Amino acid sequence: MSVELLADKLSSSFIVFENELNGETKTDLHRIRRESMELFEKKGFPSIRHEDWKYTSLKPVLKHDYKVFHKGDQALDFSDIKKFFIHDIDTHKIVFVNGVYSSWLSETTHQGYDVCTFSAALRRHRDVTDRYFSKAADNSSAMVALNTAFAQEGAYIRMTKGASAIKPVEIIHFTTEEAGSLLNQPRNLIVLEEGSDVQIIERHQSLGSKPVFTNSVSEIFVHANASLELYRVQNDANTASIVDHTSIQQHRDSRVRTAVFSLGGKLMRNDLNIAFLGENAEAHLDGLTLLDDGQHADHHTRVDHRVPHCNSFEMYKGIYDGNSKGVFNGQIMVRPHAQKTNAFQQNNNIILGEKASVDTKPQLEIFADDVKCSHGCTVGQLDDEALFYLRSRGIPEHEAKALLLYAIGDEVIGKVRLKELRNRLHKLMAKKLNVDFQMEI
Amino acid sequence: MLHIKNLHASIEDNKILKGINLEVRPGEVHAIMGPNGSGKSTLSSVIAGREEYEVTEGSIEFLNEDLLSLSPEERAHAGIFLSFQYPVEIPGVSLTNFIKTSMNETRKAKGLEPYPAKDLLKKMRDCLELLEMDKGFLSRSLNEGFSGGEKKRNEIFQMALLEPKLAILDETDSGLDIDALRIVASGVNKLRSPKKSFVLITHYQRLLNYIEPDYVHVLFNGKIVRSGGKELAHELESKGYDWIKQELAEV
Ligand SMILES: Nc1ncnc2c1ncn2[C@@H]1O[C@H](COP(=O)(O)OP(=O)(O)OP(=O)(O)O)[C@@H](O)[C@H]1O
Ligand SMILES: [Mg+2]
Repeated sequence: MSVELLADKLSSSFIVFENELNGETKTDLHRIRRESMELFEKKGFPSIRHEDWKYTSLKPVLKHDYKVFHKGDQALDFSDIKKFFIHDIDTHKIVFVNGVYSSWLSETTHQGYDVCTFSAALRRHRDVTDRYFSKAADNSSAMVALNTAFAQEGAYIRMTKGASAIKPVEIIHFTTEEAGSLLNQPRNLIVLEEGSDVQIIERHQSLGSKPVFTNSVSEIFVHANASLELYRVQNDANTASIVDHTSIQQHRDSRVRTAVFSLGGKLMRNDLNIAFLGENAEAHLDGLTLLDDGQHADHHTRVDHRVPHCNSFEMYKGIYDGNSKGVFNGQIMVRPHAQKTNAFQQNNNIILGEKASVDTKPQLEIFADDVKCSHGCTVGQLDDEALFYLRSRGIPEHEAKALLLYAIGDEVIGKVRLKELRNRLHKLMAKKLNVDFQMEI
Repeated sequence: MLHIKNLHASIEDNKILKGINLEVRPGEVHAIMGPNGSGKSTLSSVIAGREEYEVTEGSIEFLNEDLLSLSPEERAHAGIFLSFQYPVEIPGVSLTNFIKTSMNETRKAKGLEPYPAKDLLKKMRDCLELLEMDKGFLSRSLNEGFSGGEKKRNEIFQMALLEPKLAILDETDSGLDIDALRIVASGVNKLRSPKKSFVLITHYQRLLNYIEPDYVHVLFNGKIVRSGGKELAHELESKGYDWIKQELAEV
């Protein structure tokens, strides 16, 4: 199937989608969907001719004949998928199987705050969805517009004023072999009202062997004094690809920590936009990419300092083996009034594979004068001297390399505030590096 | 124990070692002295297996085995230890985890089970005490931010744990204060036994007051140009290297 055919299929699917919506087509929300579809039809899928997609071609992902609509609740045995959950602690869970909400696997709540689905919120919390829907995401992106056009299902988290989540929230999307090739377009809406806090872990997991393409959009609003931790574990099958767009708006005195762990999948594209709308807010953007043959990860981040006195700290690390490819594009915008801004960005890459490569580009646009900004991008190899030092102490080459890589990874993993997740990431990393360290870190 | 015969080594086509002959028998302590750039660290790196150096001629045998065919880790497993002139800083790898990995990999290579964690910890504590090092070092990243002297002490700490058969100390005394020198020397002396040998690379006779060598060699321009007893070190200390250079020029 060609890219154009898939775009055509989506256009006709949109008509089918509208027909099933009945009365809803007259709402403001649906007007946004329709406009978004028109926008997508005008733009088409992004290609490498677009500056933002220069190093990441979607062509190999878009050649499949994906199913756009999903049916039924595929029965999954919890014991088979337990390992994808942080199962040693209690969590809220929003679980989808083949794009359809699975009430059987989920543990939602409406006590004190809401953890449920976006579709439920459209029915029951229309005031909230109307207020926030499509207000943060960058609709000028064709992929966002496509997601917005079909926005119907996803996670909905609303932390009410002062509410503190009693346990972390896990959002997991499974796809199964039976479902075949699937296009999944989850839409998450996350609102943290004043003084609230929550930890969120999101994951997409293909259990089958068919191509799966996820085009996900998250809109996140962090109001005054609220605190968000958002962790993404991308360790999917080599037949699965994801394009994620996350836009976060931060109000005064809010704190956000995001971390994305790109460890597996055919193609991972992560657009992360953070905008400071209120003073004294702080954001940490972390990323660890560890790829092997046939994998591609592209991180595009944009931090928009619109007001004074905000701090952003960005640390992305990448390790590329085999013929894997990495892209990092980090934009920092400091607007004219945003004095006393602190903005730090760091992107360090290690190339292991002879055919591996990485394109890294910091993009600083600073229009205020009283600011502290720094950035550093490095692309290198493992330190020979360090390697020799370790080997001279009896540590075999493979383990010595792994130890050095593990240390790099730990700089990012170590910042995760959830111990159980940290342990898992350590294990995942050790597994990827094919070592068994008998150590506690 | 260690047999070096006519060893030639170069790096990036620069000939550094030009025919080294050296024999170290069990229990012996050899001191190697020589001006800066004469090839002392190169020799120790070649013995430890640094792959950047190319051995173009000659041989090294260790315990009757061809050392040059072994990887650096295999040499360590065989009982060779190099105390680095410039120990490498490795951020993110804690000293404890490093030691654990190092000790257990060495045991694994010998077909032994890993150390029980408790025993290992006790061993580490004992060696820390021997070298009068603070326990705090254990949780710090390997050599990161260590002072020059602390790095050297850490090398001897590792040596004390690994109990090598042959230890090469490349200027371990440089950068040590008087007390540290005494502590490090007593660490070395504790390990001395009829089966263990040492090669001390140093610029100062002072170290040899604490650790008495059986032989002293002078390395000059990639060759051992003179060997003698400990009195040779005294002679070098008072006269410098010029007289050797002169004698060589006359020949
Ligand atoms: N990569 C290299 N390329 C060219 N020359 C090198 C390289 N590495 C080392 N050398 C040279 O080899 C020579 C021997 O160096 P080495 O470090 O072995 O000396 P040394 O005797 O240990 O000196 P010092 O007493 O200063 O520690 C020096 O002249 C040095 O510049
Ligand atoms: Mg030297």
